[in-house]
Amino acid sequence: MALAETVPNHTTLQNPANFAPVIDLNDLSVNFGRRPILQSLRGELRGRAIGLLGPNGAGKTTLIHTLLGFHAPSSGTAHIFGQDIITDAKQIRSFVGYMPERDSYIAKMSAVRFVRLMGELSGLPSEAALERAHEALFYVGLGEARYRSLDTYSLGMKQLAKLAQAIVHGPRLIFLDEPTNGLDPPARQRMIRLVREIRDSGKANIVLSSHLLRDVEECCEEILILKDGRLAVYCNLEEERKSNRKFLLLETRGDQDKFAEAVGKLGCEYALTGDHRVKLVLNEGIEVRDLYRIASEHDVQIRRLSYKRDSLEDIFLKAMENGHGGL
Amino acid sequence: MAVYEVTYKRYLGKLTPEWSRFLVIPRHAFRDVFKSKLFTAFFVVCFIPLLLEAILIYLHHNVNALAILKVDVRELIPIDTSFFQTFVNLQGSFAFFVTLLVGPPLVARDLRNNALPLYLCRPFSRTEYVLGKMSVLLILLSAITWVPQLLLFLFQSYLEGPTWFVNNLSIAAAIFVGSVVWILLLALLSQAVSALVKWRVVASAALLGIFFIPSVFGEVVNNIFMTRWGHIISLGALIRNVTAGLFGTFVRASGQLREWDGRFGHEITVYEPPLWASWFALFVICAICLALLSRKVKAYEVVR
Repeated sequence: MALAETVPNHTTLQNPANFAPVIDLNDLSVNFGRRPILQSLRGELRGRAIGLLGPNGAGKTTLIHTLLGFHAPSSGTAHIFGQDIITDAKQIRSFVGYMPERDSYIAKMSAVRFVRLMGELSGLPSEAALERAHEALFYVGLGEARYRSLDTYSLGMKQLAKLAQAIVHGPRLIFLDEPTNGLDPPARQRMIRLVREIRDSGKANIVLSSHLLRDVEECCEEILILKDGRLAVYCNLEEERKSNRKFLLLETRGDQDKFAEAVGKLGCEYALTGDHRVKLVLNEGIEVRDLYRIASEHDVQIRRLSYKRDSLEDIFLKAMENGHGGL
Repeated sequence: MAVYEVTYKRYLGKLTPEWSRFLVIPRHAFRDVFKSKLFTAFFVVCFIPLLLEAILIYLHHNVNALAILKVDVRELIPIDTSFFQTFVNLQGSFAFFVTLLVGPPLVARDLRNNALPLYLCRPFSRTEYVLGKMSVLLILLSAITWVPQLLLFLFQSYLEGPTWFVNNLSIAAAIFVGSVVWILLLALLSQAVSALVKWRVVASAALLGIFFIPSVFGEVVNNIFMTRWGHIISLGALIRNVTAGLFGTFVRASGQLREWDGRFGHEITVYEPPLWASWFALFVICAICLALLSRKVKAYEVVR
């Protein structure tokens, strides 16, 4: 760590690679045999924390693996901080950290030795790797258990050890693949807090892949939603929320369909979201009292009415319906 | 930085040279290997024949010691090509047992615990990984085979004089090449088996099987067809022939067999496979091992 502080900050700021997008996808496609897994992904991802969302089998993990150089693209390419994933794979791997989804560790090794080994493989000298292994384990909260064998760790502890090995060499970009898998609520909270801390430190960008919308919502600024190997949505979460129109969520009793149809005739967009619930966007000139009037005409009771904005879940569900492009 | 000041920090310090990183693997592996007292004891035992070899060389040149022992060792065991070849073969057997103890878990353990993505997501290639894992064995086996053997050859040269050294340089070359071929074969085979079988015990059994089952089968072929070509599938016989070739003691005609033709029997001479065939068989085995390793040592298996 002491070495880290001897390097002046301006050296990193002057590097043109710092102005490059974190990840630049250029028509990236990946096939396994004849089966297309990722298809023509395009986009520049620049957020400090990017959420990678999609249903199971959408290609999230394959995208991460391709960016790490585990799979060769069948066409197109991608750049990480301006470095090509095909030609500069080794260089890229020197400044990225990866926390795999599956249980991954080296058996019969204490956590500190494991993290140190990973540090040394990343190119850290032995002493620096040992020092940073201790620091990383304290950072993730395994300080007291760092001399215990990894075989004796609980699932939550193994997840934290995986995070420690991903950050031991102080990477610029960290790929976290389902980091909260199998964690109980307190452990999940701890993991989310760590991810947010790393993000807020400004010293590393994060790509968090998850099918848990809450995790992404709590950690990420930008989201990339994949559906069937295609890019369904890429947006800034906060901006998307702001730009979205407010909508009304009504809880009703009575003939909901006729009521919704009548509202639709006024030119309002509506959606029936579940039992007794109607989501609608009011057009200009239409007021809430008009809704009550229509409800009364159709013998429908409005039991609850609230203004809402799109949640990540809404964005995700829309993406799953639309499939391609924006919302 | 003190451990209680826990914040995320980038590392911008000095990095180790890329070429040297594969050596991180054996350094960490040796700690585990020598944690076992049983293995450490066995490893020490591996040096006993070498000690005996050193004593024999020393006795050959120490008149006082010979006089005390009242034995003319020079007549009993001459220090020549056969002397070194015998010890090379003996150390080769010890190398096999060291491989059996150390080799199987090397890759198997990483595969079982999905550790390969952790290695390969770093600036560390598959080749470096295999090289690192192999060098665990290569270093250990070198320490009990060609390194001490060459030191003993130098010891003998020192005691005998420069003329002996010059006249017998081919022995040094045979010690080095013979041992390196053997330990390379052992390292490659054990890594390939380790990559195929995820469980240590099964991998050890498989390695043992690879050495002994084809040998038995080869002997059956030899006896049925009255030949020695069965040795082409026996790893022990292959390496024995290759080493003999290197030491210049290889003889193709390896014995007489009595063939019965009805009532009469007549002697036939059986021949070992030619040396090129043994070298070729070893090359094929190594190529298969490398192909297997290249197939299995991947961050993730792709299901097509």
